Amino acid sequence: MSVAMIASAADRRLLDESRGTRAMTWIMAIMLFLTVLAGALGLGTLSAAVLLDRQLAGRLTVQIVEAVEAKRTNQTALALAALRASPEVTRAVEVDHAKLAMLLRPWLGTDGADPDLPIPAMIDVDLGVASDAAVARVSAAVRVAAPSARIDRHESWMSPVRDFMAMVTWLAAALVLLMAAATAAVVILAARAGLETHRDTIEVLHMLGSTDVQVARLFQRRIAIDTLLGGVIGTVIAIGVIALVGLQLAALGSDLLAGLSLGARDWMILGGLPVAFAVLATLAARQAVLTALGRYL
Amino acid sequence: MRVLAPFVSAGNMVNLRGVAQGRQAVAHLRACRRCRDRAMQGAGHQILKRAMRAAMANIVQFENVGLRYGSGQETLSDVSFTLSTGAFYFLTGASGAGKTSLLKLLYLSQRPTRGSIKLFGEDAVTLPRARLPGFRRRIGVVFQDFRLVPHLSAYDNIALPLRVSGVPESDVEAPVREMLAWVGLSDRVEAKPPTLSGGEQQRVAIARAVIGRPEILVADEPTGNVDPDMAERLLHLFDSLNRLGTTVVVATHDFHLLGRIQNAHMMRLDKGRLLDPTGSLRFPPPNAPSGNPE
Repeated sequence: MSVAMIASAADRRLLDESRGTRAMTWIMAIMLFLTVLAGALGLGTLSAAVLLDRQLAGRLTVQIVEAVEAKRTNQTALALAALRASPEVTRAVEVDHAKLAMLLRPWLGTDGADPDLPIPAMIDVDLGVASDAAVARVSAAVRVAAPSARIDRHESWMSPVRDFMAMVTWLAAALVLLMAAATAAVVILAARAGLETHRDTIEVLHMLGSTDVQVARLFQRRIAIDTLLGGVIGTVIAIGVIALVGLQLAALGSDLLAGLSLGARDWMILGGLPVAFAVLATLAARQAVLTALGRYL
Repeated sequence: MRVLAPFVSAGNMVNLRGVAQGRQAVAHLRACRRCRDRAMQGAGHQILKRAMRAAMANIVQFENVGLRYGSGQETLSDVSFTLSTGAFYFLTGASGAGKTSLLKLLYLSQRPTRGSIKLFGEDAVTLPRARLPGFRRRIGVVFQDFRLVPHLSAYDNIALPLRVSGVPESDVEAPVREMLAWVGLSDRVEAKPPTLSGGEQQRVAIARAVIGRPEILVADEPTGNVDPDMAERLLHLFDSLNRLGTTVVVATHDFHLLGRIQNAHMMRLDKGRLLDPTGSLRFPPPNAPSGNPE
């Protein structure tokens, strides 16, 4: 007895398949459309979070908060020297005073350019290694050289954004799993309905000595084709929508949103979803049919 | 090798106009040892095995079998009988006597409520479900309502038992075409059951039942939907199969058919009880009334 997953050409005629495209195909198209969108959202936010991590992980801002300008200048120079001497630091650059004044203008107005206003000096630092230990060593070195220094890790003030992205990624993953579960449920219902519709044929097959696996194979094949066909339709439409949204995001020119892009690996995962769902549907149909047939004699 | 060669000469009778000619064809089949030899060669071990099994006296044994649907009265009560290998049996009785229920037990569509059933020497009551297909492939069934698959052609309906048994597709066509010729439907190969007449559907159902060369053939009112001429022709088809070693059980109302098969045994059911538990009566039974046994 063959236990192949797909029925032979002759077996395919056993269930009446002359009714053309079935509702199941369109249900699967909708399921896969939503699943691919959820998957794309998850993969996009995941890649944006990874990019954000990469961009923020090794970045520090050192502020020299000193009211006396001479001391501020002196400590800035010492801090810069200490930073450049540190092996963990790949880049340490003082932020131009004029640029700082320009950044503060929305809050301070033209007074921001007043040389008597004690604006802290700022140093932009990139670390080669973004570990906590490296940050601690660099911070200690800077504080020895410049006691007025305050050190901010970019990672810490962007963590709410990162947490939000992680939440969206998990939410998308949960949606994909929910859609998979819903697909399995739809398939089980469809298989049971199919068994009822074809009860007479199945009884005849049983009386002729057909095994449950042979009968299950007929349904597996049919549901696999419906799922694959519907899945491809839904996926193609979803990919079109994703491409359209991608163009809109690119037009916004936002650095943060630019991270919401899909790589080749992501597209491959999305493209594989219809196949994965077809396999899932096949297995669900097989299990549903075998369980239901177990109640027949 | 034409494994169905012995059938073909009998099958020709379906195409013949009269019953008398049909009888001649059967007589010819009986006389044609060459055809039988071919059958022996063609079916090879199958027929040899069957001949060996013939030595095994009883192919079916019912002992105190009872069948009840739901919580109602017993449809069959204390039914005990044996069927000998290679014999021909008629099962008669009025409508509702339990003929179809008894046949259902015989072709493993139903398990009894009580009693024991031995089939091919094994206990069929406790037979694990997984082993039922193997047993069912040894039993050919002609259902009262034919139970043809409506969207399949006559060809595909007849081919079903072979495909279910895993016969390669390349080995399906020849026997199916032979069977179609045997039942006189060579020109209706692609016809779907709804386009076939009652008699044609009946013949497709019979061809489907016998194509797997079953050891037991069970037919439930196989002549109920055809005219008397066709009924007699179909009966001769069963007879020719029986002559090749198949045990045949035919449930029928048709009193006129009972005398048509030589050496046929008769079992009569009345209100779920077997009046002739030995199944050894020949037609007409010595104690039968002169009219219809129903």
